[in-house]
Amino acid sequence: MRENLHRFFRAARGAGVRLSPAESIDAMRAVSQIGFSDRDILRDTFLLTLAKTQDEKRALGDCFDLFFSQPEPPPSPENDNSEAGEKADQGEQNAGETAGGAGGQPTEGLGALAQMLLAQDRNQMSAAIANAASAASLSDIRYFTQRGIFSGRILDQMGIARLRDDLDRLTATNPALAERLAMATEALRDSVRETVSQALLLYGREEAENLRNEILRNAPLSRIEPRQVEQMRALIRQIARRLRERYSKPRKRQRRGHLDVRRTLRRNAAWGGIPFLTAWKRKHRDRPKIVALCDVSGSVARVSDFFLLLIHSLHEVVDDVRSFAFSGHLIEVSDILESKTPEAAMAEIMSKVGFGSSDYGNSFADFESEWMNAITPQTTVIVLGDARSNNLDPRADILRRISERSKRLVWLNPEGRMAWGFGDSEMPRYATFCSVVRQCATARQLERAVSDIVATYQ
Amino acid sequence: MAENRPAASIEAVESGLAAQGYIASRQIATAVYLGQQIEKPILVEGPAGVGKTELAKAIAAWRGQKLIRLQCYEGLDEAKALYEWKYAKQLLYTQILKDKLGEVLGGAATLHAALAQLHDFGDVFFSKEFVEPRPLLQALEQPAGCVLLIDEIDKSDAEFESLLLEILSDFQVTIPELGTVVAVAPPTVILTSNSERDLGDALKRRCLHLHIGFPEQRLEERIVESRVPGISQTLRKQMVGFIHEVRTLDLKKLPSVSETIDWARVLVLLQASELGHEIVRDTLNVLLKYEADIEATQPQITTFVAKASRQNVFG
Repeated sequence: MRENLHRFFRAARGAGVRLSPAESIDAMRAVSQIGFSDRDILRDTFLLTLAKTQDEKRALGDCFDLFFSQPEPPPSPENDNSEAGEKADQGEQNAGETAGGAGGQPTEGLGALAQMLLAQDRNQMSAAIANAASAASLSDIRYFTQRGIFSGRILDQMGIARLRDDLDRLTATNPALAERLAMATEALRDSVRETVSQALLLYGREEAENLRNEILRNAPLSRIEPRQVEQMRALIRQIARRLRERYSKPRKRQRRGHLDVRRTLRRNAAWGGIPFLTAWKRKHRDRPKIVALCDVSGSVARVSDFFLLLIHSLHEVVDDVRSFAFSGHLIEVSDILESKTPEAAMAEIMSKVGFGSSDYGNSFADFESEWMNAITPQTTVIVLGDARSNNLDPRADILRRISERSKRLVWLNPEGRMAWGFGDSEMPRYATFCSVVRQCATARQLERAVSDIVATYQ
Repeated sequence: MAENRPAASIEAVESGLAAQGYIASRQIATAVYLGQQIEKPILVEGPAGVGKTELAKAIAAWRGQKLIRLQCYEGLDEAKALYEWKYAKQLLYTQILKDKLGEVLGGAATLHAALAQLHDFGDVFFSKEFVEPRPLLQALEQPAGCVLLIDEIDKSDAEFESLLLEILSDFQVTIPELGTVVAVAPPTVILTSNSERDLGDALKRRCLHLHIGFPEQRLEERIVESRVPGISQTLRKQMVGFIHEVRTLDLKKLPSVSETIDWARVLVLLQASELGHEIVRDTLNVLLKYEADIEATQPQITTFVAKASRQNVFG
């Protein structure tokens, strides 16, 4: 049974529940108290000991249901013995009759597998499949391309070679029985295939997801397909969670050496001002304040979409985000993003400013006239755009003033470095006023860029 | 596998808590049973008012143990949670014992000898008598064991969590001057959290994680029955049905079990025999705590009341 528990833990990890060895030990201890007799209690026990959040509880519950719907390797205990036994008896009787009808040929000369197939004992069959599966270490399955290999291995383990010989021999001597055996063999193949698919679902999910995420992470954001948008959003949320975990914790750190006289006196008032307890001055770190200007025209729109989603999911880390979207002119979009789902928000932003030809000069002028006071010396200004201004006046002078007012000015450009400055790209002219200019075309680059921006405040 | 009939023991927990007026779901009972068996703290999460704190109280009453409660807040530190030296007492004693000390040390010829003599006394002033035990230390010192309730752990600072780790995993605390204090009898520890912030993994790993959500309709009816015995069966079914309808709305703060109980009490006080549009509208402020929520619910009242009473006919 312990083997089974280990397999379950592995499956749970596959389902995205983070399990440490210590937790699995706790679960084992709990299970040894609870026993296996009541499945509901067992399920509750796992949910209590292994899962740490609501999401994990849901994932683990699903995983539990899937896992224990599988046939168990050891011969099944007394709970379903009675009816299964009856069925088996019936099956044997049937087999005996038909075999008798087919010419009284006993199944003696056949291999164990052939006999089992002809007997049609389902319990025995599923037990045999499960045993062969664990012998073929089916729980190591990772990718869907491995399905064939594992099916083959399981069938080998069960003695398919012997079965083939039997089948050949029977075709010559007893065609009727051979036909039944052939049909049973087909059924066997099907159920093995099904077992393998289920195992893939249980154990392969993590690996498959990692692989898919790795590909997504490096795919250019502007060219991903519509069906991948949802997955990308999930990935961005994951990135946001990681950044939150990394940067939300220690913001105030004690700076030794400076006594906080006021707090020390107050704390020690009870002892007549004799300083038993000292209080030290703390240095507060600024939380990041971000003003984001995003180009939402043409090919940059999609990148802006994901960028805004990321920035606005960083609540614990970033104090204050104000975001603006522009193509021909510029509007503030913070409220839209805060109050709506990402899809609806983006649709609304697009209907307001999207799909015009971009005019950086005009948009900067809009920003300067209305929102310049949003920038304080603690603010990082991020501009996301390809800097292609359709040969209109770039107004780099406004960018200079923005740069002077702010802590940092970061420009993220979805185009490759090679393209900067060619055609109508004003990147070199803008770049002189930016603290950092970096390419930002994939999720990985996006994560790097935002991570660096937040890190400057730590 | 040692089968000591866990299902029966879990039922025993359920009925034990029920005797204290706490109707527990199967999951809660399993958690309480397991927490006792493998001696692990239970971390209870869930929305406000579903009975997280009540659970600890019920366990304490059921086992007949003392309940020690530590309410967490921002800025809670070691001195308020664990132990503190009684500085004033130490000072006072040194003053009183001044003469005595002079006597004792009088025999010493040199300063060196006096110091050596002083060392022989040991740490008189840093002994158990001068320690002021705070809730955590108190909990360890209870000879008959106790229920330690660490309430709203999410309100405390992240540093405080780390302080708890020792006591949660080994039921001991280390006081530098005295050494390690081990629990006389391991206390039953219940931590509650409203998920205001994410707790650290280290803390979560040391606990059983129990999530209490809003109860099912049947369970909630039983809770109301045990808490407000005076209410008629029809009204009980109707009001719980109504509340379940309200919970399907998108509100700022959904009514939880404590609001259900309050509302039941109000309805009994007003001597309502069944739920009607009028009485619901007049008492809605018991159920909902935000003006916007009340406004959002107002137009739905008639529908919900109708639904709730229809359910009653068939159910």
